[in-house]
Amino acid sequence: MKIVVLMKQVPNTTEMLIDAKTGTLIRTGVDSIMNPDDTSALEAALKIKDANGAQVIVITMGPPQAAGMLRECYGRGVDHALLISDAAFAGADTWATSNTLAAAIKNVNPDLIFAGRQAIDGDTAQVGPQVAERLNIPQVTYVSKIVEVAKDHIIVKKHYEDFDETLKVSFPCLLTTLEQLDHLRFMNVTEAWGSFDKPIETVNNQVLQLKPSDIGLKGSPTQVRKTFTRPVSSEVKLIHGGSEEAIRAILSTLAPYIH
Amino acid sequence: MTKDIFVYIETRQNIVAEVSLQLLSEARKLKGQYAEKGMNHDVVAVLPGYQIENLTPILFRYGADKVILCEHEKLKEATTQHTTKVLADVIRHCQPDSVLIGATVIGRDIAPRVAARVDTGLTADATIIEVDMTSDTSLLLVTRPAFGGNLFGTIVCPNHRPQMATIRPNVFEKIEKEANQGEIIRFETELDATDWVEILKREVQQAKANDIAKARIIVSAGRSMVKHMDLIRSLADTLHAEVGASRGLVETGVLGKDVQVGQTGKTVRPLVYIACGISGAVQHTAGMDKAECIIAINSDPNAAIFQIAHVGIVGDAVTILPKLTEELNKILN
Ligand SMILES: Cc1cc2nc3c(=O)[nH]c(=O)nc-3n(C[C@H](O)[C@H](O)[C@H](O)COP(=O)(O)OP(=O)(O)OC[C@H]3O[C@@H](n4cnc5c(N)ncnc54)[C@H](O)[C@@H]3O)c2cc1C
Ligand SMILES: Nc1ncnc2c1ncn2[C@@H]1O[C@H](COP(=O)(O)O)[C@@H](O)[C@H]1O
Repeated sequence: MKIVVLMKQVPNTTEMLIDAKTGTLIRTGVDSIMNPDDTSALEAALKIKDANGAQVIVITMGPPQAAGMLRECYGRGVDHALLISDAAFAGADTWATSNTLAAAIKNVNPDLIFAGRQAIDGDTAQVGPQVAERLNIPQVTYVSKIVEVAKDHIIVKKHYEDFDETLKVSFPCLLTTLEQLDHLRFMNVTEAWGSFDKPIETVNNQVLQLKPSDIGLKGSPTQVRKTFTRPVSSEVKLIHGGSEEAIRAILSTLAPYIH
Repeated sequence: MTKDIFVYIETRQNIVAEVSLQLLSEARKLKGQYAEKGMNHDVVAVLPGYQIENLTPILFRYGADKVILCEHEKLKEATTQHTTKVLADVIRHCQPDSVLIGATVIGRDIAPRVAARVDTGLTADATIIEVDMTSDTSLLLVTRPAFGGNLFGTIVCPNHRPQMATIRPNVFEKIEKEANQGEIIRFETELDATDWVEILKREVQQAKANDIAKARIIVSAGRSMVKHMDLIRSLADTLHAEVGASRGLVETGVLGKDVQVGQTGKTVRPLVYIACGISGAVQHTAGMDKAECIIAINSDPNAAIFQIAHVGIVGDAVTILPKLTEELNKILN
């Protein structure tokens, strides 16, 4: 069985600060991490490998430094890592990203594909379903648990707003996982040492041969018109004083809503 | 030329999702903006399902000019496979100018596939949508948070139609109009006989008795309230309010994820939101800043929550809350 895991290296948005003067994100000094939802996807794939035997292939599209993340994946027992990287792929929205990822996946021909539900930089949750669409295979998104893995199908739990479903889906298929599905294991010492010698296969557009109109910024139907940070208002009435005063203020504010 | 704003109507067990009605009402506002530019866009509700014609009046009431009714036995459940097919077929056939979909679990599952199938752009999880009044095109400006709510981006889709977006539940109000009828167009489509995915079981989540998204008043607790949930609960009980929480508190495990407010939790729009010991990180405020009245209690005068609060109490919630509940009990009984 062949399993592909789609992983993205993202800036740690918890650490991000806004430059008050320019209203832009300060990116320097912010470390790059594995996208949280993707870590559970990787662990799910590795657990299937442990239990049933499988070849686990991690694929990422990104700049050359994403190779660092792939090394960490090797350190956890991944069999092969692919870095899809080319200036022509840069600036892609989800439509162009999924075209590129799907083209690379076709060459691998996996039984099962995992993606994270959502990447914390773009927060779109669109790449997984769009890859599945390009490959014309079924998907289950928001997977919170793997229930059973059989030869030709998998049974998973999907999490909705207020209920859960247990679903059976045949291979090949794509699953997107929630962070809560599992915790990624630590690196194994021997694998970690070995990971530095393992080859990371770089795939550029000479390999994939996609049309310029289908990839990168040029191939993206959506464009960012502008970005901005939340305007700060200063109209708040701050009550310092003791609790008497505080309670009086709260009561008079609540009055119109409780009678 | 393409025109018209299509809204996907999500249903479950013969009930229309609130977000679909909110989107119909918002689409009506867009129609008004187009009218100012001399453009005539209709608001069209696309309703897939089975034996659901009885749902059409409510769609007209909240803003639809027309309803496209797609009935098929396979559409009883909103599955990825069949709903994607229907929506893509409707879009190819009718060529709408834009398509709006609620950013629910179902909406965010289906919308990306539809957009890929009809080869157009999709903006995810938007919170603001408006017509670009500066150009003579029908371009929509769709604004959404990114980078965990640290930054907002306005996204456009200039060269592809339809312009598609998923929109967060509860950021728009549903607004009733007079008419509750209009043109109903039946749309027939062929669907695969075999299903990709088999539903084995469906369970309602246990902790899921109350829905904070519908609450009039929310008493919300931050990480620092972990040992004082009794104070939060008795205030909530006194006010007949629901209890909400920041991610900081949910991470401690005392409350479930279903009451988390914010970017990765729920968006709420209550009349009153009482934030107790919540720092006010953007990821939290993204989910509650539309509350009509925000009361914040925080011991740190520089807490970010005070930037969006209407009334800010600088003080210790642990001492203020019991006294507040006591006073309220006096007034209410
Ligand atoms: C991608 C991403 C998504 C996220 N999504 C969400 C989300 O959906 N919802 C969410 O809430 N967060 C979310 N977060 C986390 C968010 O950034 C904050 O970390 C979180 O909201 C902090 O919770 P808190 O305010 O309860 O805790 P803290 O940051 O620990 O703040 C506690 C506050 O309580 C005050 N305090 C302490 N003791 C008292 C007392 N006795 N009386 C009064 N005040 C007191 C302190 O002054 C402080 O301001 C997300 C983060 C990321 C990176
Ligand atoms: N550049 C990328 N390379 C590999 N996987 C990606 C990439 N972008 C997105 N993904 C996958 O798609 C998921 C959803 O991403 P997004 O649609 O950006 O929220 C992520 O969790 C990843 O699994």
